[in-house]
Amino acid sequence: MYSSSVRRNRCGDMHRSWTMNLDFMANKVAVYRKEHFNAAHRLFNPLWTNEENDRVFGLCNNPHYHGHNYDLVVKVTGEPDPQTGYVIDLKLLSDLVRDEVMVRFDHKNLNLDTVEFANLNPTAENIAIVIYGLLRPKIDAKLDLQIRLYETERNFVEYPV
Amino acid sequence: MVYLTRQEHFNAAHKLFNPKWSREQNEAVFGVCANENWHGHNYDLFVTIKGEPHPDTGFLYDVKQLSKLIKTYVIDKLDHKNLNLDVDFMKDKMCSTENLAIAIWQQLAPHLPAEVNLHCIKLYETQRIYVEYFGE
Repeated sequence: MYSSSVRRNRCGDMHRSWTMNLDFMANKVAVYRKEHFNAAHRLFNPLWTNEENDRVFGLCNNPHYHGHNYDLVVKVTGEPDPQTGYVIDLKLLSDLVRDEVMVRFDHKNLNLDTVEFANLNPTAENIAIVIYGLLRPKIDAKLDLQIRLYETERNFVEYPV
Repeated sequence: MVYLTRQEHFNAAHKLFNPKWSREQNEAVFGVCANENWHGHNYDLFVTIKGEPHPDTGFLYDVKQLSKLIKTYVIDKLDHKNLNLDVDFMKDKMCSTENLAIAIWQQLAPHLPAEVNLHCIKLYETQRIYVEYFGE
């Protein structure tokens, strides 16, 4: 009898706790998925002379390319679904980032191997905007999306702001 | 004996590709790293020297001088470069992290004074993959 009574109490506590959590779900929560990809690129403007490109882009204009380990943080903001408690299923977000971003850019030359940067300078700014454009149509419109992209540990961009 | 480490980093493109093999063999062994148009990394480099502190200065070695050596013989040659195409000391070598660490050792060792010994080249290709070379 004693142990059964304890169990009932525990269940009761859990139930009250669950109900209490539901009361707070008017609040927005941000969830994040981190990924990384390794890619080569070169920064240059084909409308400029090599000297102008060297002056503006410096070492980044090396015609033989250079490369980075990019760290990507995808931020999704919204209210947790009352049925699941999820803003977004992180497994689904993980699959989405893999299918839309990793497959396109990991171990690639951004200038030569991707249609997205065939005519667009692959700066961290532009890469973030492109990644946002790839993911936005695939994520529920009621959720906010923000991209943070690290080109190095100390250089990173966010879009949109 | 004291060990002193200086940390540096450089960003470079490379590919893993053995020219003696067919493309299929290269892709079987090196996978996406064999991409013919290159890919790239942010490399983190740790150069460790060892020796006794000098009684007059308390220094194992002037760290500013160590910094200049690494800059001149390693970083200036590797940063924002294509390791396969642009680097004289990697010519005709496979551009693996292992070989790059050995080559960095060979670049630096001759320029250190006799009383300072190179102990370790530790080279990160990604945050989760690194190699160490102790000159053995």
